[in-house]
Amino acid sequence: MPEAFEKGKMVEFPSRAIIPERDLDKTPVLECRHLGIDFGGLRAVDDFNLTIGRTEIAGLIGPNGAGKTTVFNLLTKVYQPTRGTTLLDGMDTSGKTTEQINRMGIARTFQNIRLFNNLSVEDNVKIGLHNQEPYSTFEGIFRLPKYWRQERAAHERALELLSIFDMQDMANMQAGSLPYGAQRRLEIVRALATNPSLLLLDEPAAGMNPSETYELMENIVKIRDTFQIAVMLIEHDMKLVMGICEGICVLNFGKVIAKGTAEEIQANPAVIEAYLGKKKEG
Amino acid sequence: MKNVMVRMKTSRQQWITYAFVIAAYIVLQILSGQKVLSSTARGMLVPICAYVVMAVSLNLTVGVMGELSLGHAGFMSVGAFMGTTAAVSLQGVIASAPLRLAIAMAVGAVFAAVIGFLIGIPVLRLRGDYLAIVTLAFGEIIKSIFTNLYIGIDSRGYHIRFLQAPENLEEGGKLIIGGPMGIGGVQKIATFTGGFILVMICLIVIFHLVNSRTGRAILAIRDNRIAAESVGIPVTRYKMTAFVLSASMAGAAGALFALNFSTIAANKFDFNTSILVLVLVVFGGLGNMLGSVIAAALLTALPEALRSFADYRMLIYAIVLILVMLATNNDDFKALLRRVIPGRKEEREDA
Repeated sequence: MPEAFEKGKMVEFPSRAIIPERDLDKTPVLECRHLGIDFGGLRAVDDFNLTIGRTEIAGLIGPNGAGKTTVFNLLTKVYQPTRGTTLLDGMDTSGKTTEQINRMGIARTFQNIRLFNNLSVEDNVKIGLHNQEPYSTFEGIFRLPKYWRQERAAHERALELLSIFDMQDMANMQAGSLPYGAQRRLEIVRALATNPSLLLLDEPAAGMNPSETYELMENIVKIRDTFQIAVMLIEHDMKLVMGICEGICVLNFGKVIAKGTAEEIQANPAVIEAYLGKKKEG
Repeated sequence: MKNVMVRMKTSRQQWITYAFVIAAYIVLQILSGQKVLSSTARGMLVPICAYVVMAVSLNLTVGVMGELSLGHAGFMSVGAFMGTTAAVSLQGVIASAPLRLAIAMAVGAVFAAVIGFLIGIPVLRLRGDYLAIVTLAFGEIIKSIFTNLYIGIDSRGYHIRFLQAPENLEEGGKLIIGGPMGIGGVQKIATFTGGFILVMICLIVIFHLVNSRTGRAILAIRDNRIAAESVGIPVTRYKMTAFVLSASMAGAAGALFALNFSTIAANKFDFNTSILVLVLVVFGGLGNMLGSVIAAALLTALPEALRSFADYRMLIYAIVLILVMLATNNDDFKALLRRVIPGRKEEREDA
C-alpha cells in the first residue's frame, strides 16, 4: 500500500478562496475573477472564481462536459473569456495571446496528446526551451559563438529535464513512436521546459494503469517540490485527485459547485449529487 | 501535405548534399572544359542552378514550414527584373562581371524579400488551401505588374512608368524593362560558377536554419501549431521568417536566371513555372533538400535530353514523371532501395 503524500494545511485566503498555509505570504500564482465564456447561447463556463497558491497542487474535477478543459483553454487564452479576468502573479492577463501567456508563466499539457510527432524527443524538449535559451535567427544561420553556447546549454538542459521521468535514453527516438505513457510524460517535460510558475495538466493519468498512475503522482509531487511551482490538474482518477490535490474545485454545467480539501469535497452533498444523481425521495 | 514525414536526419543529410553539389560542379566544370558537353548542355547549366535554388527555397516553405505556396515564380520574377535593372545600371560603373552578377543577385534577393514580407502579412494569416490560392493570386499580380512596367535609365536617373513607355529618354538612355517585351539586349553575365556559389549559399543557409532554434520553431509550427503556441512560440513571426527567406532565395535565383538570357519577359514567370517548381519539390521529397537538388537538375535537363523524341517530348516527360512518382511512393520499391543503399536502412532504424 503506497504511503500517503504529505499535504499542506489549507487556510482561508482573504475573501472566498483557500490556499495552502505555506503560500500565505506570497502572491497567489493564479486568481480567476468571475471568469466566463459563452459559445453562442451556451454558457460554457460561468462565474468561475479560483485562487491557487504559489506551490499548491490543485485539482479541477467534474462530470464529463462540465467545462474543465474549457477552463484550461480560458486560462491559456486559446479562448478569450467573454466575462471576467485572470491574474497571473498579480498581473492582469486580459488581451494576451496563448504564446504570451506561456511566457508569463503558464504551461500546459493536452487531453489528446499534442506532441511534435515527427521530431525527436530531444527536439520536443528543446522546442519547449525556445524562450529559455534564446539566440537570433541571424546567429543561428551564421553559427556565431552564441549559437554553439546556447545549443549546448539547451542540449544539457533537455537531457536533465528528461531525466525527471528517466527518459534520457529515449532522447533520439521519434516522439510519435513512443508508447502512450511516455508520450504523456514527454508532454509534461516539454511544458516544464518553458519554465512555468503554473503547470496545467489535462488528464495526465488517462490511459495509465494503477502502478503508472502512482508513479505519476509521485512525479507530480516531485516536480512541485523541485521546481517550487503550482500544479493544477484535471483528472477523472479520484485516487490521484484525492491523493495529491490540496485544493479541489468541482465544476458542473460550467459552474463551480464546490471548493475545498479532499475530505470536504468527498462529504459535499452537491458533489455527490453531481456525480451520482439525487437520492429518491421517500 | 503537412503530415508527410520529413526526415531531417540533418547533419548527415547536410554533408551528403554539400558533397553531391560540389562533386557535380567539379565534374560538370571539367566536362565543359574538355568540350565533352554540347553547347546546348552547357547552356542548361545556369538554368539548372536557378531551378535548384528555386526548388530548395520552395522546399523551405512547403516541406519545412508545411504551407503550400503556388506563387513562387512571382518572387523569381521580382528578382529577375530588379536584379537585371541593377546589373544594367552598374554596367558602366563596375567592370567586373562576376561582381555585377553578385550585386544583381543580392538586389534581386532584397526586393523579393521585401515583396515576400508584404505578401506574407495577409497570406500567412491563412492556412492550407486558402493560403495556396492567395499565393497563386499574388504570383499572377506580380506577373501582371511586370508585364506593364517600364523602367528606363538615362543621365537624369530612373524613369519608371506604368502601362506606357517613358517618352522622354535622353540620348544614350536605355529602356531596361519594356513592359510586355520584358528585358532585352542585356549582357549575359550569369556563369555556372556564380550559380554554383548561389546554390551552396542557399543550402548552407537552409541547413543552418533548420538546425537552429528558429528551424525547430518552424518545424514545431508545422507539426502542431496549437502545441507550438502553448510553449511560447510566436507562430506568425516564424512563418514570416521562413516565407521571407524562401522569397529572397527565389529572388536571387530569378536574377541569376534572367542574366543568363539576353531577353526575358514577365510571362516566363507564370503559374506554370510555380507549378513546375512545386513538382520539383514534391518529386524530390518534402523537406528533402538533396532530393530537390537532384529533381531540379534532372527535370530541367530532361526536356533537352528528350529532344530526339521531337513532338512527343512533353508526352514522354509526363510519363517519366508519373512513373518516377509511382515508383518512389511504392513501399516495395523503397524497401529495395533501403537494401541497396545501406545508409537508408540505418536511418530508418534510428528514426
